[in-house]
Formats: sequence, structure tokens, C-alpha cells
Amino acid sequence: MRKDYNLEKRKYIIGGFILLITIVYIIRLFSLQVADNKYKDYADSNAFLRRTQYPSRGLIYDRNDNLVVYNQPAYDVMMIPRDVHEFDTLDLCNILSITREQFDQRINEMKSRRGYSKYTPQKFVTHLSAEDYGRLQEKIYRFPGFYTQKRILRQYNYTAAANVLGNIREVSQGDIDNDNYYQSGDYCGDLGIEKSYEKYLRGIKGQEILIRDVHGRIQGRYNDGAHDIAPVSGKNLKISIDIELQKYAESLMVNKIGAVVAIEPETGEILALVSSPTYDPRLLVGRQRGKNYLALRKDKYLPLFDRALMATYPPGSTFKTSQGAILREEGIVNLATTYPCAGGFRSGGLKVGCHAHESPITLKPALRTSCNAYFCWGLKSLIDNHMTKYGSHANAFEVWKNHLVSMGFGYKLGIDMPSESRGFLPNAKYYDKIYGVGRWSANTIISIAIGQGEVLATPLQIANLSATIANRGWFITPHVVKEIQDTVISSDYTEKRYPTINSKYYEEIAEGMRMAVTGGTCRLANLESIEVCGKTGTAQNPHGRDHSAFMGFAPYHNPKIAVCVYVQNAGFGATFGVPIGSLVIEKYLTGKIAPERKHIEQRMLESNTIIYSGVKKH
Amino acid sequence: MELRSTNQSTFGNIDWVTVIIYTIMVFSGVVCIYTASYDFDGASIFSFDEFSGKQMLWAGLSFVLGMFLLLIDARLYETYAYPIYAGIILLLIITIFIAPDVKGSHSWLVFGPVSLQPAEFAKFATALALGKMFSTYGFSIKNNVGNLFKAMLLFMMPIVIIIMQNETGSALVYLSLFLMLYREGMSGLILFSALCAVTYFVVALKFTETMVMGIPSGEFAVFILIMVIMVGLIWVYCKQHSLARNIALGYMASGIIVFILWLFDISINGYIYFISIISLASIYCFLHMLRTHASRLITAIVFAFLSIGFLFSVNYAFQHVLQDHQRNRILITLGTIEDPQGVGYNVNQSIIAIGSGGFAGKGFLNGTQTKLKYVPEQHTDFIFCTIGEEYGFIGSTLTLLLFLILILRIITIAERQPTAFGRVYAYCVASYFIIHFVINIGMVIGICPVIGIPLPFFSYGGSSLWGFTFLLFILLRIDASRREHHSY
Repeated sequence: MRKDYNLEKRKYIIGGFILLITIVYIIRLFSLQVADNKYKDYADSNAFLRRTQYPSRGLIYDRNDNLVVYNQPAYDVMMIPRDVHEFDTLDLCNILSITREQFDQRINEMKSRRGYSKYTPQKFVTHLSAEDYGRLQEKIYRFPGFYTQKRILRQYNYTAAANVLGNIREVSQGDIDNDNYYQSGDYCGDLGIEKSYEKYLRGIKGQEILIRDVHGRIQGRYNDGAHDIAPVSGKNLKISIDIELQKYAESLMVNKIGAVVAIEPETGEILALVSSPTYDPRLLVGRQRGKNYLALRKDKYLPLFDRALMATYPPGSTFKTSQGAILREEGIVNLATTYPCAGGFRSGGLKVGCHAHESPITLKPALRTSCNAYFCWGLKSLIDNHMTKYGSHANAFEVWKNHLVSMGFGYKLGIDMPSESRGFLPNAKYYDKIYGVGRWSANTIISIAIGQGEVLATPLQIANLSATIANRGWFITPHVVKEIQDTVISSDYTEKRYPTINSKYYEEIAEGMRMAVTGGTCRLANLESIEVCGKTGTAQNPHGRDHSAFMGFAPYHNPKIAVCVYVQNAGFGATFGVPIGSLVIEKYLTGKIAPERKHIEQRMLESNTIIYSGVKKH
Repeated sequence: MELRSTNQSTFGNIDWVTVIIYTIMVFSGVVCIYTASYDFDGASIFSFDEFSGKQMLWAGLSFVLGMFLLLIDARLYETYAYPIYAGIILLLIITIFIAPDVKGSHSWLVFGPVSLQPAEFAKFATALALGKMFSTYGFSIKNNVGNLFKAMLLFMMPIVIIIMQNETGSALVYLSLFLMLYREGMSGLILFSALCAVTYFVVALKFTETMVMGIPSGEFAVFILIMVIMVGLIWVYCKQHSLARNIALGYMASGIIVFILWLFDISINGYIYFISIISLASIYCFLHMLRTHASRLITAIVFAFLSIGFLFSVNYAFQHVLQDHQRNRILITLGTIEDPQGVGYNVNQSIIAIGSGGFAGKGFLNGTQTKLKYVPEQHTDFIFCTIGEEYGFIGSTLTLLLFLILILRIITIAERQPTAFGRVYAYCVASYFIIHFVINIGMVIGICPVIGIPLPFFSYGGSSLWGFTFLLFILLRIDASRREHHSY
């Protein structure tokens, strides 16, 4: 048969067809293999089981090397839902000591959790007891898709310092979104230094890469473990807290609302940071954490609220020390300047009361007697009488305010804890807004001179003022962590900060404070063995009885401790502030309470001022 | 002496390009099977207990077989084409009754440790028989429906028997012989219609989510296609350019009117619109035909109405005839529904394996998808995954190009045959390779539905390897002696 050349052309159609298909396939391959990277991840998630190895969390020691917080292993039962095959549910329930209903409930809860995925490990049971863990481990091969994950729980050697230490909690979805270090089921620090030093304490997670076949069987380690990462333990912390002192101060504050802050002036290290009422840190460990945490949250006395750092109180008369220093620095008064006080400060129909003492009076005796009139006259002189120097009330006020800011008021001090309040210091604009520009003068705002009115400070800020006076003119930002293992502590906590007041004026203030102890409002703090300096505070407040405050340091020369005590609604500063403050000082410096002062200690331990707080328990 | 000189000329005329491609493919195949069945226990490639060991043996023997086939006088293939065909058909029938049940299929003959699948050998037998039929003096299928049906009967026989063996995939392979029939004179309209049918089917079922003019968008698209193809047929096939232009303009005008009505919130049902507008166009065609006697126009009209009928019957069959699992299978293949764990699992894992290979691949024995057995059937039907994963885009593309070259080479060989027997046989071989290549690769990369047929020379299995060796080396032998015919 002859060739049909018309038909022979059809070879091009057939050839073209197969060429076209080949091109389409190559394009498809290109889109799968080159243009799209997701398949690599899919293949990896098929083949590689990345098992996290958790580092042990850093331990926490106190300043005297007492172990405060340590770790205890616990085991979580994890499951990867897509790897779970048929298994004996009842057997598993028996081992885990749960009922079938609880089992189903857990599965349902797990599925409704935010961030649930069939492909990632999900927490099934938390904190298995060592006994249950042992039994489960023997049979775990029968439950494909399930495995145990070692976790750590925090344990506490002391019931004290819960507010400083904080605790750990399971991460939220928000934590996971913000920090890719975390995976569902991990723990992170909550409150206290567990939170602020989280990055040091948590260490670095390790990872073991296992090869898993289609049946979920482990075929060994990937590249013989060449890509495995060993976990790095978290760094140990040494906190500046003296845990015994902390415990003692907490015991003195039982049944009182308030705070005690003790600072080592020379270093800015916080020796005790008490917020009362407090709680046992052990409540927030393990399976009961959720329930207990909720109870603490609901408690009307707000035990989770760290009053030492976050409560803002009128500083009351403790503030007069700062006022004295400003008046001296600005040359408003000298040591011989006297102001009259006949039962108080009277000016233009305004009256601020005072108690009986000599009149007229100079600076140091004014500190000793806590004379209201002296400091009111002083502030009035600063703001009203020096128009040539400052130009206006507002300018004069700004000078006043800036001195206080340099002392650490009005802004956060920068403590190494997760939350701190800045207190409140008004500025000229603030008053301009309330009273109108140029329509206010010293009389309008006079109560700030004695730590009342708009001025608010945290116990930490008051303690820091005390430390500054103790140092005669400088302070180091207060902090609770003294040392971090293998790490140099931030220079923020080693550098001196100088307020804008000459050192010699602080010396005068210290002298006034010493006089207050030897023959003034703080006589109860007059210890035989130690020269204590102090200043009481009695702050009026809208919530009921006055707040009782004390600020002091000791010894007078070369001070080792500066304290602030603030007891809400406890009356005069001398009744609670002074005794508690002096007991803390005595305990710290001598290690004991002198027998003749035991009765004071007893009274403080037993007294209850919480009943005056106006907070009804339920 | 006579024999030797024949042999010398035979070997001198062998198409070495094909032999080299064959050798590369068989060797690569063994390597891939070794990779695919490699375990972390690390068994030896030479162990005959392993797939790769067995395949090596089969590969070695296939070269011997190839040599043997080259030694046989080419004329014998033509002479004994029908007896060989008859013998194989008989063997296929016997197989149904004596073959053990392997997952419902009765296609394997077991001889001790060796199993053979006669269906693989029916391919070359059918090709020989077809060649023989077409070489009959005066035999042509061009404009001869009777001859066309005779030729179809030859390959419908194995199809029916293999379907009875429950090997539907293998049976479908024979449908590729329509390509050969097309080359030999079958109307291109038949292939074109088949192509249209597949396109309509896919488009209509794939896009059912959104509605346009009150009908699913897929069906809307099919109607548009029908209109375009109708105009195309009138232009290209009927060569009635002005008529085509008029109808196209009419379609467009009607579309604009519908659009304007839609702007005024008057919507027309899609079915009513399309059927009436296509009917109007058909009437216009018909009148034109009566006037000009352009009889080919009837094809365009019939085409349009057959298309509409096909669309409605697909819809009906899909909704009312198919069962749920069959419907699902089709929808998964079309990508309308996803099913990573069930029917779609194989393909899903296969795509992951290939996709994860990236540009240059993970390297020899480094594929995790295949090593850890995530891809089922990876040493047989899904062997291409191994190439994709371990040799990446480069390796995959080279493999595709190798197949393309082989197929084009076979077409070249086919066209240089002096006899209809040689040409038809060669086109049968090309058709088989085309369908195996297109379906297997298409399935593995998720374009075609999952039809279990092997990738020639790569997939594990002695029968498949030997079957294709028979096909190729008989072709080479026939080709080598093409000049002898001239000497007659």
C-alpha cells in the first residue's frame, strides 16, 4: 500500500500532543517542587518527630545562700491526635485513675482549646504522680500517639516572699503568639522574678529528632542525633532578699494591710519586700493551681496585688524629709531660719493643724517633732516669695517637682520586678488645668508640703528616699536579684543615681531623723545598741483611719538598712509604723529582738488592723 | 554464512538510540526500586529476597530476552502474528479461571516463586495482530467504518477479558490504540469528541460552588465552550468563515443584551438562554446549509446538540446513577473535596514526596517519604515519587524528557517503516508508552485519577518489564530489517 502523505502529517499532531502533555507535567512539577515550599514541611512533619527536651529551671537562692525555690519533676501525658490509633481506652483510664466520662470530657476539652491541631502534641493529663507515671511507662507502647513529657514543678522551702518570687503557669495562646520559644503546654513565669527573669530562669529547650515511619514506629534518631540539641539549664538566681528577715517582716504584718520594704542603702539591694496580706507560694503549684489562683484573685484583700511596689499612698510626714532637703538646696531656709507654729499653719483663712511643740522652730527640730507648719511655710516661701528667682508660681513649682523626680518620685524607679507603679507627682500644668493658669499659689496646694494632697508614692519610693538619706545623697535603683549565674548583672542596678540635692543637706536631714528617734515622734525606735534614724508618717485618707507609716535607716553612721513601713488604716505612724520598722531593723542588724522590746514584738504579731480597713471580707 | 550476514546487517541496523534509552531506563528503574524498598536495616541490593534484587534478575534476563528477540527473523513476527494473538487471548481467558485471587483480581499466573501477568504480554500480541490486519492488501480504515470496527474488535477482545480479570486499569491501556487508529485514517472528529467529552465532564463537575445565571458556574463554562467550539468547527472544519463570524457576533450581541438586562435586575435562566441561543444558531446554520450545500455544517449542528445532551446526561448520571463512593472518588480526583486520610491518601503522600524533593532533590537514599513508607505502592505504581523526592525537579524533568524522547523516537521509527505492518505495530507501541506515561505520571503528580498502571521500565515487576521489552525489541527487530523489504 502506498504511503498516504496526508495521513503522515498526523504524526505531528500525535507528537505535539505528547509534547504538550510533557510540558504541562513539567510545569506541574515546577509548581510542586520549586515554587512551593510547603511540601518539604509536610514531609518533615511526617518523618521527624521532634521531641522537646525541657531544661531544668534555674534555682533561686536568697542572699545568704539559702535555697528558696527548687524543682520537682512531674509528668504530663501528651498525645498527638493524628497518631492515635485503636487502643484499650479502659486500660488507659485505669492507669490514669480517671473514669471513661472524664476521658471523653478531656478529649472534648482538648479539641475546643484554642490552637488545637491534630498534628501537634496536646496535653492530655497534667502532673501525673510518680506512681501513676511508673505504671503508665510500662504500658505506653500499647497506646500509640500517647507519650509522657517530663515537666518541672516549682517547690518552695519557705512560705514567705510569694510576691517577690512569683510562680509559674502554663503558657497562654497569647504567650505562644508573642514568643516562638513557647509551645502549647509549656510553663512560663507569672508574677515576681519568675516573670521578670523568665529568660534567664527558663534556660534553652533541647530537641531530639526521631525518625518515624508511616505506622508511627520510631526508626531511630535522625542522623544519629547529629541535629539534636541538648537542653541548657536555666540560670540560678541569687536574690538580695534575706529570706529570714522577709519571713519575720511578713509575720509582723499578719492581719494588717500594707507593705514593708527594706533596702541595703549601699547597694540598692532589697532585703525584704513585704506586701500584706500575702499568700503561701505553694498554693500556686501543680494541679490545684487553677483553683487556688482563682480564689486569690477573688480575695477582697487582693493578696496578688504587690502593695510594696504597686500601691500608691500619700507619703504623709515621711515626705517632710524630702521637703527639708529641697528647701535647703534652694536656699529658702538655713539652719537658723525659723517659722512660727501655734497649733498649725494659718494663712489667708487656710489652716493646717499641728500638735503641741516649741515655736518658732528650725529645720531639725521640725523634723524631730514633725511640725506641719514649718514645711507649709517653707513651701509657701518657695512658691510665693521668690518671684524674682523663679519668675512665677509655676516655675517655682516645677523646680520643686524636678527635685522630687530626681529623688525617684513620680516615675517608676525601675525595679527588676514585672510591675511597679509610678506614684503621682503633680506638675504645674496639672494645677493650671484644675485651677486655671496663674490662678493658684502655695496656699492652694499647701498640703503637698506634708505629703498629703495630690502626692502619691509607693512604699518602695519612700524606702528609696530613706536609703538616699542614709547614703547622704545618692541611691542605687532598688532591685531584688543580686546575682545571676554566669551573668553580669545589669549596670542599671550597680550605678549610683544622684538626686539634685547637695550631700551636706542630706546630712542635716539625717540628723533631724536621728533626733526624731532620740527625742521626737519615733522614740519607740530608739534602740540601745543601734543608732536608728527615723521619720513617722500619719497619712489622712478617704478610706477610714489614718495610714500609719515609718521611714528610717540604721545605723546613723554607715547605714546598713533603710526601711519603709506602711500600714493602712492603723492610725498614728508611731503606733504601728515605728514599732514594725524598728523591729525589722533590730532583727536584721542584731539577729534578735532585745528582751525589753519583746513586748513590742508580741503586740505587733498579735494586733489586727485589717478590721479598720473598711474592706468587708464577704 | 547466510545466517551470519543477516545477523550482521540486523545488528548494524539496530536503532541504538532506543537501545541506549532502554538501558538507561531499566538501570534507573532498578536503582529506584532499590531506593524505594531500602530500609534503615540496610539490606543488600543483591539479595533476591528484596524487590531490588528480584528486579535486577528480571532486568538481566530482559537483556537476554532482548538479544533473543533480535535474533528472530522479522518476517516470523508478521507470519505468526495471528497465532501469537490467538494464543495469548486463550491464555488470558484461561488465566481468569486458574489464577489465584489477589485482592479481587484474577490476572496472575503463579509458577513457584515466579508470577506472570499475561495481560502485559497481550500488548505486543495485539499490536502484532493489528499490524497484520492493516498490512492486508487494500485494508484501510479511512472512510471505511466496517474495517474500523474490525480493527477495534481486535483490541476490544483483550479489554473485555482483562476487565473480567478485574484489572480495569490494564484494560484501559488498550484504549490508547485509538491514537494509532487516528494515524491510520480514523476521523479526527472522534478523538476531538472524546477530548471534548473529558473536558466537559471535568469542568462541569469541578466548578459547582458558585452560580451564574441560575446555573452552576461549571455548566455555564461548558455552554460557553460549546458555543466557541461550534463557531470554531464552522470556521476550521466547514470553512464557512462569514457564517462563523455572523454566529459569533450573534452570540456576543445576545450576551450583551443579557448583561444589560442583568444590570436592570432582570435575570434570565442560563439553561433557557443557552439552549435557545444555540438552537437559533443551529437553525441559521441549517438554512445556510440548504442554500450553499455545505454539508459539513450538519457536523457542527450535531456536535452542538450532542454536547448539550452529554452535559445533561453527565449531570444526571452523576447525581442519580453513581453511588456515593464512586461520586467521592471522582470529586477527590477533581480536587473538589479533600480527603487526606481516605481515597486521596496515596496521592496526597505522593505529592508531598515529590514536592519535598525541591529543585535538586534530597539525594540518593535520603528521601524520608519513601524510606519511611509514607507512599503506598511506591515501588510499583508510585515509583516516580522516589525520583521526585531524591532527585528533585532536575531528576523528574530529565525522566519526563527521557520518556518524551523515547516516544518521539518510536514515532520516527514508525514513520520510516516501509510496510503498514511495521508502521501500525510501531504506532501501537508508541500508543502504549504514551498512555502509560501520561496516566502514571499524571496520577502520581495528582493530575489524573488514580488508575493503577505501571511506569514502563521503572515500576517493579517482571511481567511489566518483560512486556515492554517484548514490545520494544520486536519493534527494533522489525525496524532493523526495514531495508530487506526494499530488496524484495
